[in-house]
Amino acid sequence: MATRRIELMLCTGTGCVAGGAFRIKDALEKEIKKHNLQNEVSVVITGCNGFCGQGPIMVVKPDDIFYGFLNEQEIGYLVEEHLLKGRPVKKFMFTPPEKKEPIKLLSEIPFFQKQMLIVLRNKGIIDPENIEEYIARDGYAALEKVLTSMKPEEVIEEIKKSGLRGRGGAGFPTGQKWEVCFKQKVKPKYLICNCDEGDPGAYMDRSVFETDPHSVIEGMIIASYACDIDQAFIYIRTEYPLAVQRAAKAIQQAKEYGLLGKNILGTNFSLDIEIREGSGAFVCGETTSLQHSIEGKNPEPRQRPPRTSEKGLWDQPTVVNNVETLANVPVIILRGGDWYASIGTEKSKGTKIFSLVGKVNNTGLVEVPMGITLREMIYDIGGGIPKGKKFKAVQTGGPSGGCIPEKYLDTPVDFETLTSLGSMMGSGGMIVMDEDTCMVDVAKYFIQFTNDESCGKCTICREGSGALLEVLTRITEGKGKERDIEYLEELCAAIIDGSLCGLGNSLPYPVLTTLKYFKEEYEAHIKEKACPARSCKSLIKYWIDPDRCVGCLLCMKNCPTNAISGKTKFIHTINYELCTKCGNCFDVCPEKVGAVKKLTGTEPEKVVYLKEPVAVGDWKKQKQEEGKND
Amino acid sequence: MPKLTLEDLKKKREEARSKLYLRDGEFRGKVIVHMGTCGIAAGAREIVEQFLEEVEKNNARDIQITTSGCAGLCSKEPMATVEIKGAAPVKYITLSRDKVKKIFKEHILEGKIVAEYALGVGSEKGG
Repeated sequence: MATRRIELMLCTGTGCVAGGAFRIKDALEKEIKKHNLQNEVSVVITGCNGFCGQGPIMVVKPDDIFYGFLNEQEIGYLVEEHLLKGRPVKKFMFTPPEKKEPIKLLSEIPFFQKQMLIVLRNKGIIDPENIEEYIARDGYAALEKVLTSMKPEEVIEEIKKSGLRGRGGAGFPTGQKWEVCFKQKVKPKYLICNCDEGDPGAYMDRSVFETDPHSVIEGMIIASYACDIDQAFIYIRTEYPLAVQRAAKAIQQAKEYGLLGKNILGTNFSLDIEIREGSGAFVCGETTSLQHSIEGKNPEPRQRPPRTSEKGLWDQPTVVNNVETLANVPVIILRGGDWYASIGTEKSKGTKIFSLVGKVNNTGLVEVPMGITLREMIYDIGGGIPKGKKFKAVQTGGPSGGCIPEKYLDTPVDFETLTSLGSMMGSGGMIVMDEDTCMVDVAKYFIQFTNDESCGKCTICREGSGALLEVLTRITEGKGKERDIEYLEELCAAIIDGSLCGLGNSLPYPVLTTLKYFKEEYEAHIKEKACPARSCKSLIKYWIDPDRCVGCLLCMKNCPTNAISGKTKFIHTINYELCTKCGNCFDVCPEKVGAVKKLTGTEPEKVVYLKEPVAVGDWKKQKQEEGKND
Repeated sequence: MPKLTLEDLKKKREEARSKLYLRDGEFRGKVIVHMGTCGIAAGAREIVEQFLEEVEKNNARDIQITTSGCAGLCSKEPMATVEIKGAAPVKYITLSRDKVKKIFKEHILEGKIVAEYALGVGSEKGG
């Protein structure tokens, strides 16, 4: 390949692909050819850049210029300006919400600045479908080291020294897990890479496979060597087509290069990896259910012990590790356990990937050192809450994690502190909520999810989650009863006690933490029939403030049920028999007018309703006269 | 693709690494070819090509070749600025492929400014 002067690193993670990344790639190549630049500039596909809220994304190397919100139509302009004439295009650069000037370089964007990349070390730098690019970045060098100079016990010792803990949620020490399996003298033994990621809003594992599949495969080979395993599986959801495709391609390439299969790199060690696609049942993320699924049985959990490292897949010793855990392994081997253990907190070492979503300005995937505070995550990396709204809570750990309120924002994030707050690390979901979020409704949303996903084996999980859902629904509809709060608490405790697996053991946490930190919201719903966040439909009423309405027709035109009457410069009125509370009127009423309001509790009883539209001027006069008379 | 041995893997890595120099490489210096409409009309595209050829030929992966807008001296195009880290930038004017070869060899590789093609040392300051 001749020398080129520019490489366009085009993000082709699932998010950007959905936004048209491959169409943009075609457009780029066409325009590059049009300007006869194909010998100077090339387009390289990469995995997820992480700043998903800005997609489709491209980074121009070697200058490191970050472009977002690309569209095919303007690629011609971009190619001519930047690639031909050397004038970077401001329009596609990132501008923080409160600033006017765009930020040119990726390294200067705050979203990236507090990140530390270990698992995602090759993010945006290599083409995930090209094994040679992985090799170029020290890929398979750890495997080389292990096979030439380390005994399995030494590998386990190094991992133990690093303090690496399982990234799937439970946080079990990885080295210890491997050791138990290594000591089992039964054969065959199995390794399973768990990529059954089912948390709503979380996509860490998918992203690792889409960005750098070989890092997981190398981790798997090293784990298998350490535990004396010769057959491994990747269990991955079938809803992740791009990740499945890249994992399959990586396995095939590794086999061709002699890095997988019989006699790896000419040594005596052999390993085969197969992919098993799961159909997307949330419970399959649970170790024993996952194994049942691979065996072709119903995905239901079983009682432990025996632990899977003693009796797992087909009753043979089995190690189950999460994707992110495995992708850490090659780096730990190359740089040493001590180095890894120097990052993070006392009991949680290294980095963790989080998917930062919800009511936060910068959404996306971030890898940060353990011990970073929630405030740094939300305000420095996340750029704060949109539209100047107030932060209310952050839910960590997926659907069965807890909601953490503002007073704990300075808590360092690690396994122990999150658990002590009634939440958990989980697999790394992080959903930010603002003042408009109703905490009872949030609890209801997550219980709805876990109730749907309960496999049904344990009565208390199956029926208990249903009962929780029923009570929460009633409360959000304004039909809550006096004893509901105590009942919810009792029920939660029973579900935790009586469930076999992690799904049931943890599903009550959204309820428990919202009860603990936001009890007054539950009480307002039950006692005052009010939703303080003005979010629960049954408890709010839309109202047009006659003192503010200017008669602009906007709300009227946007009402889908024609519930609003009015004409130009006449104060509009709502016909409550037709109103479906869709909220369009509230959304379109200009901020500076602010005439449409959401009322809750006793507020609707305290305001004035006009029977029919009144001219704005007449209303003002009437008010003035009333004022004089008073 | 024959299966790799431990030795092959090392070789493969070295080979592959040299192809990724634009992505994580550190550059010792930079050549900026001015590509306003005037520059392009005067043949700046060929100048870029020639610089890239020189990088390839001399395996000088630590030199970045880049472009920028019009430098304001349209009658002296094609022009390029050579910036070696730690030294003042030098602007070269009315370039040709042959001049590029000489500049690359003498200035970029050997560190001697080719005074006869240079407009002056330093970039103008604003204000």
